[in-house]
Amino acid sequence: MRTNDVILQTVTKTVSFIILLFSVYLFFAGHHNPGGGFIGGLMTAGAIVLLYIAYDIETMKKVIPLDYKKMIALGLLIAVSTGIGSFLFHVPFLSHSFGYFYLPVLGKTELATAVLFDLGVYLTVVGVTMTIILSIGEDDE
Amino acid sequence: MNNLIVLPIVLPIMTGIILIFFSKHIVVQRWLSLISLLAFIGIASSIVQQVYTEGIQTLYMGGWLPPFGIVFVADMFASLLVLTSGIVALSCLWFSFRGIGLDREKYYYYPFFQFLLTGVSGSFLTGDIFNLFVFFEVMLISSYALIVLGATKIQLRETIKYLVVNIVSSALFVASVAYLYAITGTLNMADLSVRVAEVGQTGLLNVVALMFLIVFSLKAGLFLYFWLPGSYSAPPTSIAAIFAGLLTKVGIYALFRTFTLIFYHQPEVTHQIIGWMAGATMILGAIGAIAFSDVRQVLAYNVVIAVGFIVFGLAAHTTAAVEGAIFYLINDMIIKALLFLLGGAMIGIAGTSHLQKMGGLIKYHPVLGWMFFIAAIALAGVPPLSGFIGKLLIVQGGLTAEMYWLVGISLATSLIVLYSIMKVFMHGFWGETKLSPKEEKGSDKGLLAPCAVLVFLSFALGLGADFFYPYIEIAAETLMDPTIYIQAVLKE
Repeated sequence: MRTNDVILQTVTKTVSFIILLFSVYLFFAGHHNPGGGFIGGLMTAGAIVLLYIAYDIETMKKVIPLDYKKMIALGLLIAVSTGIGSFLFHVPFLSHSFGYFYLPVLGKTELATAVLFDLGVYLTVVGVTMTIILSIGEDDE
Repeated sequence: MNNLIVLPIVLPIMTGIILIFFSKHIVVQRWLSLISLLAFIGIASSIVQQVYTEGIQTLYMGGWLPPFGIVFVADMFASLLVLTSGIVALSCLWFSFRGIGLDREKYYYYPFFQFLLTGVSGSFLTGDIFNLFVFFEVMLISSYALIVLGATKIQLRETIKYLVVNIVSSALFVASVAYLYAITGTLNMADLSVRVAEVGQTGLLNVVALMFLIVFSLKAGLFLYFWLPGSYSAPPTSIAAIFAGLLTKVGIYALFRTFTLIFYHQPEVTHQIIGWMAGATMILGAIGAIAFSDVRQVLAYNVVIAVGFIVFGLAAHTTAAVEGAIFYLINDMIIKALLFLLGGAMIGIAGTSHLQKMGGLIKYHPVLGWMFFIAAIALAGVPPLSGFIGKLLIVQGGLTAEMYWLVGISLATSLIVLYSIMKVFMHGFWGETKLSPKEEKGSDKGLLAPCAVLVFLSFALGLGADFFYPYIEIAAETLMDPTIYIQAVLKE
């Protein structure tokens, strides 16, 4: 008999967005406040895991049709590429730079290439966590 | 600043990452990893040449000066080892095109292979002790994946042992680094060397030095080698060969680096103990090599003996001994990989690794047989081949340091090495032919060319020793005189 988990699913719909928002906040807070790619990625994975708990694996695969293994590779690619960029500018490997830009809505904003590296970390952490959890979860034998 | 010396790390990791995207396209994976390895060898040899002409090359990551940032240092010792690991990896990779099987290739074999190489060359090139730990982990985690890949019962059992031993030793590594950091307040190796010299290697620092000795001995299989024979006989041939060629050697490199650069002030404590451990390793390894009549076990115990022998060169701590140890280390990386590859080909043909059950392979496989013979005498140190000069120099250095007992042990074990490998050769290749070509369990088609590369290299190292000797001399000079390294890094 299938249990009726309408309350869990309804709450999840709202809560997962709040968690995702918080994880993105943590990701961007990393430069000046506690946070960063690692904890942001873990929390995003936490939100996705909550969705997986509330719904089943098949439904979730339709909702988020991502190959998490490729996501790991993409994250690593971004992170290593930020280092390789230094070959183009003839500076030591992994040199990072930053600058102040005037963006349309945000106004004067500090943009740093370290964020790109962090984005790589973020994607890798999400990918690894989800790969671990899903490969254990899908293992029926 | 020289961005070239980060390429031996960036190139394999980038290749590994790109290969993940092509996980189901085996042909693409093979070609990409082959091309990347050829480029790796090209870069590594140009680094060796650069160090030869211009001295030690350094790169400050992100432009942060040491001791505050991470620094990559390519001295001659490290760059020679990077070049050798590239060549060994090339042979193992080429061998695995035929040897590893489609099942494993589809499950990220080539990416893990590249990540292993990343960890190995990173460990050689880093100039920061915590970064060394990180690269050790990169190497070890890839090796966990490679050793268990395929998930046969024996692999699962040996992986658990290998994993537990390495996790314990890694935890000890972190603890040792923590103690060292608490005492000196720095992690950069050159700066550590300066600070340790300033405060003097007192009781507490000796304890830390011994902790590092335990950690690296566990990784290198020096005396604490109990995990090694099992783990090295479980995975398939090309993986076992890359393990035998590279993994323990990184531990040996770390021993050399720490005990020539940082903890060299009280050799009567540290180097004495290292000498005892080296002697015990040679004796115990020799006992194991005689005792078994299983090809994989005999070869695995020969890895152990070589570790003891190379580290004896460190314990003697004279210029000749260190030169010999470097020479023998390079030779051993090549020969051990070669022997594991040839042994794997033998086992594949005979369908068993037990010596009593095989025989007469030379009738249908003469090339394989004679290559094994050459590898065997190169390992034992017969003059025209590569093992001789290293052995000669170590023995010479040992005699200068008046370590007669250890010299005696090392010469006696050379005999036992020769005996144990010849036992494999005579039982496996001579005698009555037990399998006709139709009954053989596998073929050596396509497996011999990659081995021939290593055989050629062994000849080149032996006959062209005069050509290679200046490089070794520079490497040993840097190891014997830490101020060269320190000045190159800290630019005082």
